[in-house]
Amino acid sequence: MSKPWGPHDIGGQEGGPVDLSDHETAHWEWQIDAMVRLALSKGLISDFAELRDGIEHLAPEDYESLTYYERWAKSLAYTLVSRGVVTESALAEKARAIRERQQAEAAS
Amino acid sequence: MTDHDHSRTFQADHPEPTTDAARVGLALRELLIEAGHYTADEEQAVIAAMQGASPENGAKIVARAWTDAAYKERLIENGGEALREAGFDIEPYEFTVMENTDDIHNVIVCTLCSCYPRSLLGMSPAWYKSSSYRSRVVREPRKVLAEFGVNLNDDVDVRVHDSTAELRYMVLPQRPAGTESWSEEKLAALVTRDSLIGTQRDLQT
Amino acid sequence: MTAPKFIAGQRVRIADRTPPVHHRVPSYAKGQIGVIERVCGVHGEPEKFIRGDGKPAQRLYRVRIPQTKLWNAYDGTESDLLEIEIFEHWLEPAQ
Repeated sequence: MSKPWGPHDIGGQEGGPVDLSDHETAHWEWQIDAMVRLALSKGLISDFAELRDGIEHLAPEDYESLTYYERWAKSLAYTLVSRGVVTESALAEKARAIRERQQAEAAS
Repeated sequence: MTDHDHSRTFQADHPEPTTDAARVGLALRELLIEAGHYTADEEQAVIAAMQGASPENGAKIVARAWTDAAYKERLIENGGEALREAGFDIEPYEFTVMENTDDIHNVIVCTLCSCYPRSLLGMSPAWYKSSSYRSRVVREPRKVLAEFGVNLNDDVDVRVHDSTAELRYMVLPQRPAGTESWSEEKLAALVTRDSLIGTQRDLQT
Repeated sequence: MTAPKFIAGQRVRIADRTPPVHHRVPSYAKGQIGVIERVCGVHGEPEKFIRGDGKPAQRLYRVRIPQTKLWNAYDGTESDLLEIEIFEHWLEPAQ
């Protein structure tokens, strides 16, 4: 068996029992999913391959600790920043604003 | 803050995630909408379409194959064309149907990520995307299937299909005995999502 | 579009290499020998989408490998199979 190429290349590796419980998809997860599809249909990315590539380049710790849609979110962000569609600083600024809004709403 | 801010995610019945990674995703979403790359309405339409897909779609195809032998042959020979006959199209992916028989049990996985024919089966289950399923079902399928309650003796061959590229798979489960006179609609209601993935073999009447 | 290089039933070997870009060959399959189960269609090339438009498009095949050949101490039967899709440029004829 050849060496695994990235954190995603796990076929044949050992693992624990499969957790059979199902989780409902949260609204924000549908939004991430829709965003990926729209990024494709609007030509912001050329193919799903770009998104998979981004996910495959996540650090192994990230790959393992992030949830499925968090991986997509990070991958798409990385890809769109590299393509110049958004800037890293605008993203960070917006994420901070969202965090502050959430904290304010939680406190009220 | 105006209440016309369509880019806002927060709605009382839709709790927001509070991890950094998820916030990056929401931030990206707001930036893309603000820059006019897409609108909240377009987003809603895409979400509605995704939520509208369910295993009932795949079940309809199965019921038709069970009641129409010629259709079943076409489905196995050229899944994409047979799918279009039934009003679905997943191009550019190649729809590929694997038939279960008395001697063969099929099970589907995508070890590299989690490719799945969502328009036929709806959203993929959490376990399908999980590391344990993806890593183990290629290596020890019989053991994994047993965890799902599928126990196969050595007379039955197990075939694992790893969706590594452009094909999207659906298992055609065996028609349960005693259903010979049933309508397509009644047959379709028997078909479960897990039987279309291969983690269930016997359907209950 | 050129004719497929391989035909159903032909024995093939999956290349064992690691290009530094996204590619769709799982490590467990690299270097393995199998049989072409069917010739599939032509698709944009995943490795090339990262830098370009996926072209030239490549022929895809389904390759069938006995599980007992893939894994040490496989706990199923000799007839159990694994089937995967591999692009043409990853395959070579095998004896």
